[in-house]
Amino acid sequence: MTIKEIQNQIIEDFSMFDDWMDRYAMLIEMGKECPIIDDQYRDEKHLINGCQSRVWLHAELKDGKVYYTADSDAVITKGIINLLIKVFSGQTPEDILSADLSFLDEIGLKEHLSPTRSNGLLSMLKQMMLYAEAFSQLGVRS
Amino acid sequence: MDINEIRKQFPVLDQQVYGKPLVYLDNAATTQKPLCVIDRERDYYLHENCNIHRGVHYLSQMATEAYEHARQTVARFINAKEAHEIVFTRGTTESLNLLATSLGHLLSPKKVMVTAMEHHSNLVPWQQMVQLYGGELLVVPMDDNGVLDLHAYEELLKQGPQIVAMAHVSNTLATINPIKEMIRLARQHGAVTVVDGAQSMAHLTIDVQDLDCDFFVFSGHKMYAPMGIGGLYGKTEWLEKMPPYQFGGEMVDTVSFEKTTFNKLPFKFEAGTPNVGAALGLETAIHFIESLDRSEVAKHEDALVAAAIEGLSKIEGMRFIGQAPERSGLVSFVIDGIHPYDLGTIIDKMGVAVRTGHHCAEPVMTRFGIPGTVRASFAVYNTLEEVGVLVKAVERAVMMLR
Repeated sequence: MTIKEIQNQIIEDFSMFDDWMDRYAMLIEMGKECPIIDDQYRDEKHLINGCQSRVWLHAELKDGKVYYTADSDAVITKGIINLLIKVFSGQTPEDILSADLSFLDEIGLKEHLSPTRSNGLLSMLKQMMLYAEAFSQLGVRS
Repeated sequence: MDINEIRKQFPVLDQQVYGKPLVYLDNAATTQKPLCVIDRERDYYLHENCNIHRGVHYLSQMATEAYEHARQTVARFINAKEAHEIVFTRGTTESLNLLATSLGHLLSPKKVMVTAMEHHSNLVPWQQMVQLYGGELLVVPMDDNGVLDLHAYEELLKQGPQIVAMAHVSNTLATINPIKEMIRLARQHGAVTVVDGAQSMAHLTIDVQDLDCDFFVFSGHKMYAPMGIGGLYGKTEWLEKMPPYQFGGEMVDTVSFEKTTFNKLPFKFEAGTPNVGAALGLETAIHFIESLDRSEVAKHEDALVAAAIEGLSKIEGMRFIGQAPERSGLVSFVIDGIHPYDLGTIIDKMGVAVRTGHHCAEPVMTRFGIPGTVRASFAVYNTLEEVGVLVKAVERAVMMLR
């Protein structure tokens, strides 16, 4: 699926719920399904700044596509990072870098998370983009 | 004491968040303000606003009188000997930075002591100052209940710290420290004593002469007063000896390009135009506190804490952080397998405002080996029903998160 198709799928999933508790329940479920970062990357270097809880993120390039793994000590944060992973993992660096991010507004994540939390989300996004950028400039296939 | 009548004086409490009635339990961060305080500050700007002390005109004289009256009220409230022993500041943090800087210049201390439960504001200024003079920070340890080790305290005093700074009430653990005894011991060893009263002013009766501390600092906004006003009490002899902290208008006596002489107390420490409106609000907040039966208020707040502990303790994996026998105003906890941030996020959606995180006391979190706590802190306007909502919200969040 393309990034756009996945985003539309997520928007559809979230729109099934009117109640914010249900949306959080879904985020929590997503947190539990997050592709977990390998222990060797769970260090200061992979820690993302700007989050209220700790978040580690790693990415690898396989056959020209980026695969992310992550973890957080808070499950809601883990749900948010997994949501981003669902959208971007398995895509090419170029597609990730040119992705439209308006889906975050549409599922109400940006709007409903407080500014500090939203910064956390933006920090995660920024870090994912940095990986894509680095792979894109590397221009090599591992 | 009719809590519902008291609540009517706090319009902000009467609102819904996410469609649920607001349950405001973040009072250790800041209390809400009663109408009388809001009106007082508003009236100042409606009818009295003026720069003070130097104006010869009517309004300036009235504003100056009102500001100095507020100072007298603060002095009386904490039983200071003289009104000039009260310096208005922006709050506890500024008061402590003033002290660390000015006492640092005066004493060039080689050893400064704090306790293991300090808020960063009563830790970092001292740490940075003592490092500047090539000295050492001594730390009084505490036990697993959040009670200071007084034996260790006495031993550390023998090392001769020139300054001892201590929290009256811990903002994370709720512990009321035995500061009167600690001050007495510190004096025996010739140390200057500084009490951080940020968390005690709204809850306990303060008598600085009885405590015999050299300094006592506090914030207005944690005791129903506006933000941006607080105070520093200092004994006259120390305030006289200390050099000024900031320079500028008001705090000077005469100025030439060669030399400046400084104004008398307390103006020596009040550079620049003060927050007059907030100072008047602080005076009114003191009147508000005094209008209540303070022992009844303490009883009520203790009952809220007891009910919260009783209700929350039934939740599996509940661990209270801070279980001192002498405690005030708040409950801090963690739950096995649940991050405080997750819990805070979910119960926020149920209208319950608590604080999660390290509460600006990272060394305390390190001491207990936790990333942070969930903290519910109470004020006079909170009710047992609200405690019930808190407990139910936490129960429901735990079910979602497990």
